Amino acid sequence: MAATEGSTATASPAAPREAGPGEPGAPTVIVDDLHVVYRVRGAAGRAGGGGPAALLRALTRRKGAGAREVHAVRGVSFTARRGEAIGLIGSNGSGKSTLLRAIAGLLPPESGRVYTDGQPSLLGVNAALMNDLSGERNVVLGCLAMGMAPAEVRERYDGIVDFSGINDKGDFISLPMRTYSSGMAARLRFAIAAARDHDVLLIDEALATGDRAFRRRSEKRIKELREKAGTVFLVSHSNKSIRDTCDRAVWLERGELVMDGPAGEVVDAYEASTAD
Amino acid sequence: MSTPEPSAAAAAPPRPEPSAAELAARYGLKASGARPRLGRYLADVWRHRHFIDAFARARASAKYSRANLGRLWEVGTPLLNAAVYYLIFGLLLQTDRGVEDFVPFLVTGVFVFTFTQATVLAGVRAVSGNLGLIRALHFPRASLPIALAVVQVRQMAVTMGVLLVIVMATGQVPQWNWLLALPALLLQSLFNTGLALAFARLGAKVSDLAQLMPFVMRTWMYASGVMYSIAVMAAHAPAAVRVLLDLNPAALYIDLMRFALIDSFTAADLPPYAWGTASAWAAAVLVAGFVYFWKAEESYGRD
Repeated sequence: MAATEGSTATASPAAPREAGPGEPGAPTVIVDDLHVVYRVRGAAGRAGGGGPAALLRALTRRKGAGAREVHAVRGVSFTARRGEAIGLIGSNGSGKSTLLRAIAGLLPPESGRVYTDGQPSLLGVNAALMNDLSGERNVVLGCLAMGMAPAEVRERYDGIVDFSGINDKGDFISLPMRTYSSGMAARLRFAIAAARDHDVLLIDEALATGDRAFRRRSEKRIKELREKAGTVFLVSHSNKSIRDTCDRAVWLERGELVMDGPAGEVVDAYEASTAD
Repeated sequence: MSTPEPSAAAAAPPRPEPSAAELAARYGLKASGARPRLGRYLADVWRHRHFIDAFARARASAKYSRANLGRLWEVGTPLLNAAVYYLIFGLLLQTDRGVEDFVPFLVTGVFVFTFTQATVLAGVRAVSGNLGLIRALHFPRASLPIALAVVQVRQMAVTMGVLLVIVMATGQVPQWNWLLALPALLLQSLFNTGLALAFARLGAKVSDLAQLMPFVMRTWMYASGVMYSIAVMAAHAPAAVRVLLDLNPAALYIDLMRFALIDSFTAADLPPYAWGTASAWAAAVLVAGFVYFWKAEESYGRD
């Protein structure tokens, strides 16, 4: 990559040398005054509402007929840099998962922008792969979908299966994924996504489903990804796993950024506020 | 620290920060979820050709995985299809007016139309039926309708084997002319892929389309001369109707296949400029379908 760009003339003497693109410290995700608004269709939802109501909606083509707006993220700004692992904390419904989905480009911002380096990969609990296919096929297809060459997939296949721990209790990898427990499926999905180096990896509660051995493997893998100068975001309700895996934490409440700083400090403050 | 205050990020010491847009531009960051340019998108799809191939194979093998006879249905389905149409249109309704070699005529029509029909119906669900995959992994979404079109191309290869057997069993003799089936199939495959792409986008936005499309496709089939000769039925129709019927791409691909395989179906039975019109349809629908699908690339999988 090109040499470091000159820092601004007014930079304070204490400021570290500005990182060049691709180096640790270079920004990978810039969230700029982001607002995300969900439009929830009428309480009865997409399929219901009775035939006549649905027909009326379809005919009048009113998008927001009976829709409620949920302002899930309100004016959040921060910059994430290479080599950082950032924990997102906050109570249920505080906008953590919405923020991740917006960073992944799966939700359009109402206003504000999200800039990312490359395509972030979002790993969520609900992200089912292909349930009617075997675990084996899911591994191969997942890797090919991420842009690996067939030779690379063959090379990494065993590592992925070992990492997931799916075959620890017998030959499960050749069974369809619909026969897996939710924990097994989540582990396999994480193993597939973690097989590639990501510039930005977004993990939504995926680690909570694994047993201790799997958690240890994934924490190690997250560290490796950070060392390769990627950025990892982690949403978790386990304050311990945020402390253990992250060096920085962002605390959201009602869609607003409450605090952003070193993981230990932010988790302390969060715990203090929820103690009573 | 019971009353938290927003504190600056540890990694960003106080300094006059450039605006977010400036910073993003300096480090080459792109707005999240933006759609790549068409050329890059095409290259990206090409880079995912192994994924397309593997996805098509996986879908094909999963399709009959719960049936006892498994992939025998790849042969059984077209055979039964042909038998049902022969029973109804050949024996009960006798739509064979003015058609020599009615059995190969009918079976060719059914099989060729089913090829397009199955591809469109698969395309409608290409995005809406794979939301889990779309939300979990990033890849060019056009891979999905293309892969499902490939599944149908492979099914059609099997179906063609059945068709050739039926055609020979009804007295046609293999000859070099049969090779014309290949360009006809190629053109139809390209046409189908374009349709699958277009309907994948429509099906992603309009969830009721999956319920509606079977009726649309059936109507199209009845208008395409699958079980009757358009030339005979529309002999006294106004010229404008005749031109429209001759331009119908499904009828064109059916007639080209009949022309290739059936002796009594000669060039005189083909609409004027059949090969040219069929090629134009294939090119136009493929390009338009791809561009139309790409235009909404960033929206697939969003709520």
